[in-house]
Parts: sequence; structure tokens; C-alpha cells
Amino acid sequence: MSFLSRAPAPAWPLAAPADDGPGNPWFSWRYVHDNADEILTALQSHAGLTARAVIIALVVALPLAVVAYWWRPLTGPILALSGVLYTIPSLALLALVAPAVGTTSDTSVLIALVLYALLVLVRNALAGLVQVPAEVRDAAAGMGYGRLGRLLRIELPLALPGILTGLRLATVSTVALVTVGSLIGKGGLGDMILGGFRNNFYKAEIMTGTILCVGLALVLDLALAGVGRLLTPWARERRS
Amino acid sequence: MNYLHEGIVWLNDPLNWTNPGGLLDRLTEHLTISLWAVLLGCAVGWPLGIWLGHRGRGGGAVITVANLTLAIPTLALLTILPLTPLGFGKPPVVVALAVFAVPPLLANAYTGLRQIDPETREAARGMGLSGGQLLRRVELPLSVPYLAAGLRTAAVQVVATAALAAFVNGGGLGEIIAAGFGIGMSAGGGGQIVAGGIVVALLALLVEGVLAVVQRLVTPPALRAQARRKRPTAAAPAG
Repeated sequence: MSFLSRAPAPAWPLAAPADDGPGNPWFSWRYVHDNADEILTALQSHAGLTARAVIIALVVALPLAVVAYWWRPLTGPILALSGVLYTIPSLALLALVAPAVGTTSDTSVLIALVLYALLVLVRNALAGLVQVPAEVRDAAAGMGYGRLGRLLRIELPLALPGILTGLRLATVSTVALVTVGSLIGKGGLGDMILGGFRNNFYKAEIMTGTILCVGLALVLDLALAGVGRLLTPWARERRS
Repeated sequence: MNYLHEGIVWLNDPLNWTNPGGLLDRLTEHLTISLWAVLLGCAVGWPLGIWLGHRGRGGGAVITVANLTLAIPTLALLTILPLTPLGFGKPPVVVALAVFAVPPLLANAYTGLRQIDPETREAARGMGLSGGQLLRRVELPLSVPYLAAGLRTAAVQVVATAALAAFVNGGGLGEIIAAGFGIGMSAGGGGQIVAGGIVVALLALLVEGVLAVVQRLVTPPALRAQARRKRPTAAAPAG
């Protein structure tokens, strides 16, 4: 960008100096105001990636947890496999998936995010299902519930606190993980953080991205906690 | 699986290992950074967790801290810390990684001391042990499995996260992947990207395996069955 075109009002040079001069503050409302569109786009893509990843992971994780719950011998392999996936570093997973899927879309980021959210969700859903008291299960069977009916009407509702804990953990860590997608330029707010770093260490851009990222995680966590309170009215008195 | 094949071919070229900035250089860098980060994390997390667990206070704070760090993107710390007085180079990377090593170490140390049977503690008190003796002779030996589990979780996470240091040119194996993207997917970078991914993933699994053995070795035989029943806190993904 030519500096001549900005000459009349060079109040905010695009490339701020790297030192702690007045041109490179940690936060600037002016930056936020001037770049509101870009910031909103980044926030949207970040939230969108998070939502898609968590929803897909939930859709996959619940049946897996039920399978592991119904056929106990499968519990070990399912948890072990998702544990191994969990150990693989996010960057490595992205590097393995991205060349195969292509770097022009965010599909590879999505795949990596889903795999990470999977373990947390499966483990917590399974823990929730396992802690359903045996007497409750017997009582349901005595009332004539079949396997599926018992699962849908009794066991899954009782496992809700466990599932929701997993969902909250998975959501918060997914929000943080999305930033790794900036490796291929599909990292939502991570692109802003990395962009600020590469743009001559423009602190305001880095900080805005970071604050929004942490804020998004906290807002989603609180929202899910609220949903959890609404869905499990019986657990409210116990907790307080 | 074309790229996978290219990755194996890349790994089979000895020059890619021994070149300056090749795999061996990056591996040494990676392990050095990780070692310092884990040591720094231990120096902060263990004393704090052991002290809080010994006193039996601050459990809520420990959980809050552990959950809060989950929300902080590693990338943010990696980009912010070099701009603080820490300066560029290895120190900010080590500090950023140590920040994410502290929660598992802290939480497991705290849990390790808290899960001890209160009756054991009472008995030790009744035998006339002072606070320090109780900590050294009873509480610490009994919480070794948890301390080891925390170390394993933290170390695996640091080794995994250290790959992200490449984003800010901080060295480590992530540089191989970043360089692959720099070459470009069509110009033969794809093989290098996949090769870097394979090496980083294998390293993390190797560290996990080795530390699992270490954890088993340092756990007293009497506590092994118990440690298997109660699984300590799981790791957070590297982000």
C-alpha cells in the first residue's frame, strides 16, 4: 500500500512500528472501528467452524458412546482409539489431512477439530451413561421399557449432566483450537492473531483477536451452562 | 494416499535429516524447548499444587485456573509474549508452552494429595508426625502416581504444542511443516508437510508411551491396582 494515498490523514499507518511507540498500542478502539467488517467476518467464521465441529462431533460421539455402553467389550477399543487421536498434535493432524483434502476450503480444519472434540464427548457421555444407577435401570426394565426405549427415555436424560460437561469442555477447547487452522489461512480469529504478528507485530490486531477468542469461549461456555440448568432441573437443588 | 507416499519418500532422503535445519536439528530444538517448558511448568505447578493440597484449600481456584487456560489459544500467547520485555527467540516460546503445562501438573498434584484417605492422615498425625514430616513421609509417596500422571499429560501436551512455535519462527519440528507450506503444495511441498506431520505425531506418541512406562515404574506396586481404577484428569488438546 502506498503511503501517498494515505498522506492526508496518516493517523493510522497500516504497518505499525515494532517498538512500544505510540503508534503500536496493545489495544485501539480506532483499529476496531476501522476494521469492524473484517473482525466480524473472522468472528463469524470462527464461531461457524466451532459450531459445525462440535455439532458433528456430538452426532458422531453419542452413538459411539451408546455402542460402547451396550457392548462393554468395545469400550476399551473405542476409548483407546480416540485417545490415540487425541495425542496426535493438532498441527500434525492438520498437516496430514490438509494435503489430502485440499487447502482451499476449511474442511481439513473441520476434520481435525471434530476428531479432537470426539474423545472428550465420548468419554463424558459414556461416564454419564455408566453412572445411571442399576436400580433405575432395573425399575425401567420392570416397567416394560425395551432397550431403546430405556435408552431414550431413562438413560440418556439421566446422562445429560455428563454429556453437557463434555460438550462444554469440547466447545471451549475447540474455540481455542480453531486458531491452529491459520496454518492454511482458515483459522477464523487465529488469522487475525497471526496476521497482526506478521504485519510488523501490530499489537492491536493480535490483542483484538485474542480477546474475542477468549470471550467467545467464555460466552459459549456460559450459554451451555445455562442450557444445562434448563435441561436438568432435578440437578439444580443438588448443586446449590 | 499419494501425499502419504511422497511423505515417506521425503523421510527416506538422508539429506533431509542431516541438512542444517533438517529433521535432526529441528528435533533437537523441539526437545530442548519442550524440556525447558516442562521443567519451568514443574517448578511452578508442583510446589503450588502440593502446598494447596497439603493445606486442603484452593480447590476451586485450581479448577478455575485449569478451565481458564483451556480457553486461551496457544497461538495468542506465542504471538503476544515476544512483544513483551521477554523479547524474541526461545524464552517466550518456552514460557508460552510452560503456561499450558502448569494446569495438568497443578491439578494432578492437588488431586494427588487430596485423594489420600483422611484416616491415613489422621493416623500419621496421631503417630506424632509434624506437618512437614506428614508431607514428606506420607502424602508425597502416596501421591506419586498422580504426580507422574500430571507429568505425562503435561509433557505430551508440551511436545505436541511445541510444533506451533513454527508460527512465530520459534524453531522445532513445526518448522518442517511450515517450510513445506512455504514451498507450496504443487511444487513438492506436500510430501514435506506430510513428513513433518508424521514425525511430530510419532514423537508425541513416543513421549506418551515412554512416560506411561515411567509412570508405571515409579508407582509403588501396592498402588497400581488403585491407580488403574481411578484415572487421573485427562489432557487438554494442544491448541
